[in-house]
Amino acid sequence: MTKLTIAAAAALSLFLTAPAMAQDAAMFASPSKLTQTGGENIYKAICAGCHMPEGQGAVGAGKYPALANNANLESAGYPIYLIIHGQKAMPALGSVLDDQQIADVVAYIRTSFGNDFAEPVTVEEVTDAR
Amino acid sequence: MTEFKSGMSRRDLLAMIGTVAGSVAMYNAMTTLGFAQASTYDGPVKLEGDPKGASVLILGAGLAGMTAALELRAVGYKVQVLEYREKAGGRCWTLRGGDKYVELGGFEQEVKFAEGNYINPGPWRIPHHHYGVLDYCKRFGVKLEPFIQTNFNAYLHRTDAFEGKPVRFREALTDYRGHVSELLAKVVNQNALDETVSADDAKLLLESLKTWGVLDENYAYVKSNDTSEFRGWAKEPGGGVDGAPVPSEPMTLSDVLQSRVWQHLVDGDSIEHQSTIFQPVGGMDMIAKGFEKEVGDLITYNAKVTKIDQSDTGVTVTYVDSQSGEGTETASADYCICTIPFSILGQIEHNLSGEMTAVIDSMSYAGSVKFGLEFKRRFWEQDERIYGGITYTNLPISLISYPSTNYFSDGPGVLLGGYSWGATAYQFNAMSPEDRVKKAVEYGAQIHPQYTAEFSNGVAVTWHRVPWVLGCFGIWADKENQYATAAAMDGRTLMAGEHISYLPAWQEGAILSAIDAIKRLHAHVTAA
Repeated sequence: MTKLTIAAAAALSLFLTAPAMAQDAAMFASPSKLTQTGGENIYKAICAGCHMPEGQGAVGAGKYPALANNANLESAGYPIYLIIHGQKAMPALGSVLDDQQIADVVAYIRTSFGNDFAEPVTVEEVTDAR
Repeated sequence: MTEFKSGMSRRDLLAMIGTVAGSVAMYNAMTTLGFAQASTYDGPVKLEGDPKGASVLILGAGLAGMTAALELRAVGYKVQVLEYREKAGGRCWTLRGGDKYVELGGFEQEVKFAEGNYINPGPWRIPHHHYGVLDYCKRFGVKLEPFIQTNFNAYLHRTDAFEGKPVRFREALTDYRGHVSELLAKVVNQNALDETVSADDAKLLLESLKTWGVLDENYAYVKSNDTSEFRGWAKEPGGGVDGAPVPSEPMTLSDVLQSRVWQHLVDGDSIEHQSTIFQPVGGMDMIAKGFEKEVGDLITYNAKVTKIDQSDTGVTVTYVDSQSGEGTETASADYCICTIPFSILGQIEHNLSGEMTAVIDSMSYAGSVKFGLEFKRRFWEQDERIYGGITYTNLPISLISYPSTNYFSDGPGVLLGGYSWGATAYQFNAMSPEDRVKKAVEYGAQIHPQYTAEFSNGVAVTWHRVPWVLGCFGIWADKENQYATAAAMDGRTLMAGEHISYLPAWQEGAILSAIDAIKRLHAHVTAA
């Protein structure tokens, strides 16, 4: 490996790990709020607890619905409402996540796990749903 | 290094709700968390009158369901209980070595604790005034032992105070009380309270502050043998030539205040946490086993309820095998007592009233996390002389509770390595069990460096992933307006469980709600 490629690799690894370190620092940073940023990071930090890492949901005496291939996500307003206000086994997370975080994570689940609802989610939509 | 603002305890959660939502929400939350009410248990249930062959189907074999089953059968009802799990108890639950726990998502934990060690993932304390639980324990011969809540030799710890070094509870308490007493004495001596305190009272106030705060003859809180009797010594009193003690130096008022360790000084003072508190010898599920011994023959296990259909004449419940989801069966009775948590009931097909349905669907369930960590030796006892009790911290683990049993024993011991709520619990819930345990050990090592060398194995339970509850306890959307609806008989069905009580998340709430439900049911049946 030449010096140049080593330097490039080092630079690349820095570039890759810096955001990951920021998310590590965000973990448990507040007892009452999530401080992670970015849809995927927020999903992994909280949503995956019940809806599972691949959005596959889980079934016990009750269930957590799968987000994968979920037609209910077509309208962004539906997940936005549920995240803010909760319903049944879904706790209200309106005080745990801010509007930007909710917009980001809704955009993420609408374009992940086999969902393809590419229309952007705006912070205003979240603000209006509170 | 992450700055931890604060670990979240019930108290912190209350403070947060109080700030955000005002005093009404605060009061509701207080009752929600069981701080504001005491038990109304008035002795063993006495149901009079013949049920005339009436039958009752009970959904759920937790403490509420089994209380109802026991008392209804005793008076002559035909009783059947359907239970989702393979055993009884619900949240009254203990994990021991050899147990396997599979949480939602299929994540499996094998508990590797040594013989006799255990962790209670759910309820772990029985307050002295929870008469219902205590009475059933007595009736079943469940042996109880004291649970140590406040231990003056345990620690208060904050990452941002005293360079991250823990202080002993007694040091913080004595110094806080001493300094506050000294200040108040100064104010009295400057006659600043003359308008509010009479001369006679002022004199006694000074005298009491001297006692309460351990002040000297000048009403000062200072380094002395007297204050060291309370806060501890630099060198303990001993025997022989070098027996003389050396008093310790109190922390300054500013250090005590700035450290914020005073936040936890009153945690053991609320009525639920005052001495004496109990725990069953061997694990909380000894209570479940006591009930199960009485009513186990009435329980159909591995029965997952899929439909509740009530008519003018009775209730028919459809259920399948919990594991396979197959083998549809039905059970029918004249009445139903439903203890299924609303987090699950809301997902079951039913024809309860619209009002009841609205309450069910609006109740959310709190998340929380508990860790059971086994260490090769009881270093907290051997090295630090901590026998039971709780250390509080602002780390994400919130607390460490030392076992209130088997003191001085050799061999491995199990700590409650953390118990947290709120956003912290949500994040632990999203981690693999192994990662949760790893984190708990890392955090705990900041208080007890011995963790690193002595850790053996651990288990972590996050309540949102517990398959039979999907949460820790029910949180009302609007308790004031919804409670009567939820508690009322709906057609032929009555709800019971910790959620239908003003002692939520406590086993006492579950038992009292069941007793109240069967009393009303019996009154209805015998009046018919």
